[in-house]
Amino acid sequence: MRTLLELDAVAARYGPVQALHDVSLVVREGEIVAVLGANGAGKTTTLRAISGVVSRTGSIELEGKPLKGGPEAAARAGIAHVPEGRGTFVDLTVTENLRLGAYTRRDRSVKADVKRVAEYFPWMLERGGQRAGTLSGGEQQMLALGRALMSRPRLMLLDEPSLGLAPLIVREFFRIVRKLNEDEGLTVLVVEQDARIALNASTRAYVLEVGRVALTGPSQELRDDESIRRSYLGY
Amino acid sequence: MVLAAFSDFMQQIVSGLASGGIYALLALALVIIHRSTGVINFAQGEMATLSTYIAWTLIAQHGWRYAPAFVATLVISFVGGFAIHRVVIRPVERGSVLRIVIVTIGLLVAINGFVIWKWGGEPQQLQSPFGTDTFTIGGVVIAAHDIGTIAVALGIVLLLWVLFRFTKVGLALRAAAVNPDEARLVGVRVSWMLALGWGLAALLGAVAGMLTAPTVGLDPNMMAAVLIYSFAAAVLGGIDSPIGAVVGGLIVGVLLNLLGYLSQYDAVSWFTEELRLPAALLIILVVLLVRPQGIFGKPEVKRV
Repeated sequence: MRTLLELDAVAARYGPVQALHDVSLVVREGEIVAVLGANGAGKTTTLRAISGVVSRTGSIELEGKPLKGGPEAAARAGIAHVPEGRGTFVDLTVTENLRLGAYTRRDRSVKADVKRVAEYFPWMLERGGQRAGTLSGGEQQMLALGRALMSRPRLMLLDEPSLGLAPLIVREFFRIVRKLNEDEGLTVLVVEQDARIALNASTRAYVLEVGRVALTGPSQELRDDESIRRSYLGY
Repeated sequence: MVLAAFSDFMQQIVSGLASGGIYALLALALVIIHRSTGVINFAQGEMATLSTYIAWTLIAQHGWRYAPAFVATLVISFVGGFAIHRVVIRPVERGSVLRIVIVTIGLLVAINGFVIWKWGGEPQQLQSPFGTDTFTIGGVVIAAHDIGTIAVALGIVLLLWVLFRFTKVGLALRAAAVNPDEARLVGVRVSWMLALGWGLAALLGAVAGMLTAPTVGLDPNMMAAVLIYSFAAAVLGGIDSPIGAVVGGLIVGVLLNLLGYLSQYDAVSWFTEELRLPAALLIILVVLLVRPQGIFGKPEVKRV
């Protein structure tokens, strides 16, 4: 499999606080890769460094080309970042949220894509005129995913999608992510606090500890190793 | 007698709507900037005055016809508003609201000074594109300028609505205003969108100024009172609501005009022209006390 994303010795800070010390990781085309770790381990910052929300040092390459500039540039390079807390535009309607997802695209097939995305989320067509702020938390998370799909991303970044959602909805969310991965070859880098669900959904995983990669391996192996589960993943 | 009073009354309504249309345009400009930059642009009135002087220069000094001068003024104003954001506002945008407010007050003083320096203080005459004719419809005398003003204001509002509602750039403008961080993540160049908003606001002000000048005369402080009325309109309608700005503008226009009209009756003969500004300030005060979010605004929820 081709390497899609490569981070080499990436560091980032918020003012005086060093959030990432040295993170190196690889995402190959067609993979679902999970980033796990405790609160404050640097999971969210890793995603923010990739999409340029925080400034960083070290090298980040997408398909061999360095990613430079802010989030606007990352979006144009083909990265769809679904931030923590869903990141839907609550004042805009469902359809408008989806249209915004396609903002960087120049082609004319946006309408057809709304239909394609709605195949995964049929309710979005019927409720296209509804304000996103009036959706339930689960629906907003699905909408955020649908919006990210609208950009036809090379790589999707998902930040804590399970946050504040009922277990049943989290399972449904990851079922759709896996289906997208299988049907459309969508590549995903997902950050999760809930290690169990993330390891079930992903092919490989990285575990972060205070801004560094503590260990990495195929998700199945991490899942099956009880000592790793106990000491790093807490379940 | 009763009929005469009624047609008089209707006449006041129409000319109130015309003033209200102007307030609506300027209030819309205030709303657009408040939504994106988070402050009241105190220089909005002076920017409009400057635009109107540009139109006057093209027409009266360079002999341009009205239509091309109108279009050229809109273009110049748009570019000017855009540039003001890039050069003056953007550097302080990440600072406190107070800093931005002070910069807009500085702009007000600077533009006012420039206008007086360049064109002098004495009033000039800018023609109305609609002439000085009057119509009589069902006994109601209506000035062509009033009808034209209402039509232009509504036309611009409609265009703006189409822009915000149906175009990609309009969608991006709204997204950038309400949620800049998320907008960046989907690829919207937020800082350009904010500059675009300033350009649009300057353009709206230019139209408001060119519609104001024919009735009150063009002078450096022409828009000072209009800005207060527009501020009342924006506050009444809801400072973040474009529809509110339009409805508020029309209400304030009609209301203030009717108050002046009532002064012919003995009981309220004390209400003369001079009391219009205090009346506008009273509207602002009452709205802020009774319903701070205005008619169409959403109440502000602060999460602790």
